[in-house]
Amino acid sequence: MAEINVLQAVHDALEEEMARDERVILLGEDIGVMGGVFHTTDGLLEKFGEARVIDTPLAEAAISGVAVGASMNGLRPVAEFQFADFLYSAVDQIISEAAKMRYRTNGVQGCPVVFRAPYGGGSHGGPYHSQNVEGLFLGVPGLKVVTPATPYDAKGLLKAAIRDEDPVIFLEHKKTYRLIKGEVPDGDYLVRIGEAEVKRPGKHLTVVTYGLMVHYCLEAAEIVAGEGIDVEVVDLRTIKPLDEETVLGSVKKTSKALIVYEDNLTGGAGAEVAALIGQHIFEDLDGPVTRLASPDIPSMPFATPMEEFAMLDTPKIVTAIRDLAAY
Amino acid sequence: MTIKPSVGKAPHKDLGLSQDNLLEIYRLMRLSRALSERGWLLQRGGKTAFMVTGEGHEAVQVASVCAMERGRDTFLPYYRDIGVAVAAGMTAKDVLLHFLGRAADGSTGGRQIPGHYFDPQLKIVSGSSVVATQIPHASGIALADKLRGEKAVTVCYFGDGAASKGDFHEGLNFAGVHRLPVIFICENNGYAISVPGRKQAAVKNLSVRARGYGFPGVTVDGNDVLAVYRAVRQAAKRARAGGGPTFIEAKTYRLTPHTSNDDPTRYRTKEELEQWQRRDPIERFKRYLSEWELLDKATDERIGQELSQAVNEATRFAEASPLPEPESALRHVYLEE
Repeated sequence: MAEINVLQAVHDALEEEMARDERVILLGEDIGVMGGVFHTTDGLLEKFGEARVIDTPLAEAAISGVAVGASMNGLRPVAEFQFADFLYSAVDQIISEAAKMRYRTNGVQGCPVVFRAPYGGGSHGGPYHSQNVEGLFLGVPGLKVVTPATPYDAKGLLKAAIRDEDPVIFLEHKKTYRLIKGEVPDGDYLVRIGEAEVKRPGKHLTVVTYGLMVHYCLEAAEIVAGEGIDVEVVDLRTIKPLDEETVLGSVKKTSKALIVYEDNLTGGAGAEVAALIGQHIFEDLDGPVTRLASPDIPSMPFATPMEEFAMLDTPKIVTAIRDLAAY
Repeated sequence: MTIKPSVGKAPHKDLGLSQDNLLEIYRLMRLSRALSERGWLLQRGGKTAFMVTGEGHEAVQVASVCAMERGRDTFLPYYRDIGVAVAAGMTAKDVLLHFLGRAADGSTGGRQIPGHYFDPQLKIVSGSSVVATQIPHASGIALADKLRGEKAVTVCYFGDGAASKGDFHEGLNFAGVHRLPVIFICENNGYAISVPGRKQAAVKNLSVRARGYGFPGVTVDGNDVLAVYRAVRQAAKRARAGGGPTFIEAKTYRLTPHTSNDDPTRYRTKEELEQWQRRDPIERFKRYLSEWELLDKATDERIGQELSQAVNEATRFAEASPLPEPESALRHVYLEE
């Protein structure tokens, strides 16, 4: 066991998968000599050479489209996008091509590409280095969308994504990169895509969340524990496919659900989780299914007071928990 | 009209093409045309809801594939490329099953509209209907071949409309940077549906763009079988020797509507169409074969009868073949365990 941060976990997953399978290649901007803007690919160029660690032109349609082509010809490309905000330049390739490849070929042609990108707010990135893009991809059949929160999950899920036969959007919350440290076992392990995890058991109220918010929710749960509110925190880990069983099982037990997500309120993962709960376990509920999310503004503003206002934090979550617990 | 035999050394001999090679190209061009004509008939007769073909493009489509090593090289057709599909090895039955959206349609299982050819055994790559997205795919496929040290070459097809898109630029630029074994073939028929070339680009020949990507670009007469063959063979040789990509612009004309939902009389004149009908690549190649005494009337008629029989039989076969099960619409979103 070693304690590492999320950055290191991502790096190690890439390095181990490249060593294990020579079909794995990396494509992205500044991922070679520079090791990536966040250094997730540090040292990989030296270790695996420029044929497998490819510094691409600044061209997201090429990064994604070349990755799609290479995947159809036997490789396992991991395409890095410098910021999730720039995935929009690749959306045609991701949604029209990668996501539909298996379907349009009647199951014959797979498209095993991992589209990796750092996402999320709270780092003074402004409108184009802060976005939560997961809601967009949630509605695209053919894609899987993975949003780990811890080093253990990031490493195990990234390795699983690289071995997956279908395209995966792998979103790394950039604020977790250095902030979040955790134990990771030595050697190879996988975390299955599509399985949520109860990160904190509790009996009064369920908080369903993912990404950076997992940590804020855990903090909030500790704070309200002193007031006698016992919160269960469910980390979705994968938002597509959703682990319905774990979510419904938890809410059935606690009878109250608060969904906390950093994406815009409208149309995101929270809406899906709320709809699931409402439809399947309505009679078990003892309070309104509640969503706490970022406001419906185009993206995070740069100036600190506005960003802090827009971004969720532990005190906001504490308040939402108290309100729902008191219902 | 009587055809006078030509004298001297025949141009095809310089290309190492035998009579059998030439007759194969001719037969495939006619098969492509016959399938297209059948496709329109089936659509107009209500047997299928949509049709898109590439009548008039047969020379560039068929001759380019025949200049490659089939079985080794990879082809990325776009929706006009029946000629590419059949030259790469798809049969009349394969095409008719696809046109009629049958369960046994090997290209898409009835999921995509006609014109989306796919067969991994024949190294025909699946494409979408989004123009130009296949161009970066071709670079990716060639990248994988190069990484493994395989001597395969990838051929990517698209129309002049695609040359205006960002994916064209990003795909060609990437191929240039990595000197990838790929040939980009633009079937320039002068129109992106209704928008003429002069409103698409401020250059006369799109092939000049290749210079900006650091590899050769050539413009050829896309209705001239031998000109296309020569250019593609040269490009393939360069690519296989590690010399990198080539951009070939083949100028041609679409003799039929863009699709079954199009009325080209709104944007093209009758005179223009008639002018190009006189340059029909199949008739032109037939004249060449006759002039060099490679095709006599009896052989030509026999080829016509064989193709007609094959297409009729394929139509009957496809029409009798079951449609997909309704619930199969839910399958193959992800790999099935």
